[in-house]
Amino acid sequence: MNVKQHAEAAEEFIRDEARTDWHDETLWFVRDKRDIAVNKLPEWEILRDWASRIKDHTLSNLDHYLKSFEEKAVSNGIIVHWATDAEDHNRIIHKIIADNKIDKIVKSKSMLTEECHLNEYLQSKGIKILDSDLGEYIVQLREETPSHIVLPAIHLKRQDVSETFHEHLNTEKGNYDPQYLAGAARHHLRERFIEADLAITGVNFAIAESGSFVVCTNEGNADMGVHAANIHIACMGIEKLIPKTDHLGVFLRLLARSATGQPITTYSSHFNKPRPGQQMHMVIVDNGRSRQLGRPDFRNSLKCIRCAACFNTCPVYRKSGGHSYHSAVAGPIGSILNPNLDMKANSDLPFASTLCGSCSNVCPVKIDIHQQLWKWRQIIVANGNVEKGKKVGMQGMAWVLSNPQVYRISGKIGRWVMRTFPFMLSNRLNAWYKQREMPRAPEKSFRDWFIENK
Amino acid sequence: MKVGLFIPCYIDQFYPDVAIATYQLLKKLGCEVSYPMDQTCCGQPMANSGFSNLTKGCDVNFVKNFRGFEYIVAPSGSCVLHIKEHLKEGADPSDLQKIRESVYELSEFLVDILKVTRLEASFPHKVGMHVSCHGQRGLHLSSMSELVAPEFSKAEQLLNMVEGLELLKPVRVDECCGFGGAFCVFEEAVSVKMGKDRIKEHLVNDVEFITAGDTSCLMHLEGILNRQGSSVKTIHLAEILNKVL
Repeated sequence: MNVKQHAEAAEEFIRDEARTDWHDETLWFVRDKRDIAVNKLPEWEILRDWASRIKDHTLSNLDHYLKSFEEKAVSNGIIVHWATDAEDHNRIIHKIIADNKIDKIVKSKSMLTEECHLNEYLQSKGIKILDSDLGEYIVQLREETPSHIVLPAIHLKRQDVSETFHEHLNTEKGNYDPQYLAGAARHHLRERFIEADLAITGVNFAIAESGSFVVCTNEGNADMGVHAANIHIACMGIEKLIPKTDHLGVFLRLLARSATGQPITTYSSHFNKPRPGQQMHMVIVDNGRSRQLGRPDFRNSLKCIRCAACFNTCPVYRKSGGHSYHSAVAGPIGSILNPNLDMKANSDLPFASTLCGSCSNVCPVKIDIHQQLWKWRQIIVANGNVEKGKKVGMQGMAWVLSNPQVYRISGKIGRWVMRTFPFMLSNRLNAWYKQREMPRAPEKSFRDWFIENK
Repeated sequence: MKVGLFIPCYIDQFYPDVAIATYQLLKKLGCEVSYPMDQTCCGQPMANSGFSNLTKGCDVNFVKNFRGFEYIVAPSGSCVLHIKEHLKEGADPSDLQKIRESVYELSEFLVDILKVTRLEASFPHKVGMHVSCHGQRGLHLSSMSELVAPEFSKAEQLLNMVEGLELLKPVRVDECCGFGGAFCVFEEAVSVKMGKDRIKEHLVNDVEFITAGDTSCLMHLEGILNRQGSSVKTIHLAEILNKVL
């Protein structure tokens, strides 16, 4: 499949300018709500600092905490599986499904299962999963992927949702009332929850000292699935650990405020052990994370708690849409995680940023996202994942700027050309000129002025 | 006070008025200003594009031109940040450290070092404030809307000393304009959309000028304004602070 690079996909997105404005404003509204919520906590910056340091400590001792978690979880009755990569993860889940002869499965939101392409894998085995998060349910009906990790269907207007539901759920055509539409989805999902034999969830936090884990949702869909089904599979990346239950107080306060401006997620469900007769599985996945942990410049990207505050604040994300990042995790954080998964395929992503730094400032665990974007650019270029023309251009520019005399002569000639033959630059081949006028080229540089006037 | 004037390459070539204003302003405030004649570029355009391995020539030339100054001052937060974070080549490592510590963005130098409390400047116009990201989030020249922290702005502190100036802020006080170096051409569509949206917020305020600490942001916004046929002009902070009736 030919995947469009970010710049090209973004250009297509922006072509519908009114819709781009709507997308931008919708997400800015979430950023705004976040600002209001965090400004109510005078201790906000201290909380960020604590969270960052707890994660630093955990990542530095990850082997220890993973073993501790496994030991406690197993003694609680949870069956723990280890998956090296996405395929391993998918295979393990498929085996549990096949061994128990299950065909009714619901899944609450898990970006890890998106990253591993679990749905596609199971579909290839003839198994269909129902995504129970409302946003994911909508994009699943439309055979799309989530465009945002917290708000999967944020690229869709209610009119789009209405049409999708009319087609799939037989709702009234032209009824755009959000309450009506949510009601229809709820009714449909309720039946699926009741008949499900197996529920898959993600994991927001796993606690090493207790072997328990926490799943946060606003819709209660994880709980609905888990409570009705006899088998619960929780999927978790190795970086989701925190050492102690006490630490939850820091992270739960940060997560919902950062994500949506709520003081806390509507449901923060704690899972300790299976209920009588229930199977509880936990699949712990590496999938490149230990490789990232081994990169000193990028290891702290593993602190991410998937709040998506960096998405909402990023003007590039807001104006280009999640699908332009062609990855399960879009936005600034995706742009530093995805090159680790496949550098060549994602070599465009670290360049889809102005390096404005807003992402690092909203990050509740203080990941230096914009610095890592800069560092990925260096690695991507050093690995040769760059167009030849760009490379030659940069080499030429570096040569000119390294030689003061060449720089001055080139400047003089360049400005003369711009004044004398403006069409040489003011044409369609110049990306600057497409929607912007060229700067005026003065006859004299500052240096020329200085020599005459100092 | 001995100051080495660091004029970013594109200001030298395309916006000499910004450099002249900076030079005159520093002289007016009593600085002994030198302009090292062989300076070119800080190397940021290459480094931010992933080619930091090509900046050796710029680094060496920068150090050659600016070693030994008590202070180095530039009318650009972005170029100053690049020097502070990424200058890595030079004959003597102690030069590098000294340069990183003594390089200042103009408003920072005026407020923190010269401790300017009044200016002989007058600019009776409605001016929109654009906050340039690298100066703000990199050099901390002003508070940032994302953080829970007291508000401040070195640029505003100075602009408030200008007679007759009415300063107006957009709703999104510190959103990026979309210039972003090579981003402005390689991600042309997003870059221009970001710039248009910034301008839209300033137009609501009915401004006559948009000012900023970085000419790169202004060059991008000016390009869009001129294409739109707008009468709104861009003007660097230094030009306003140097304006006398």
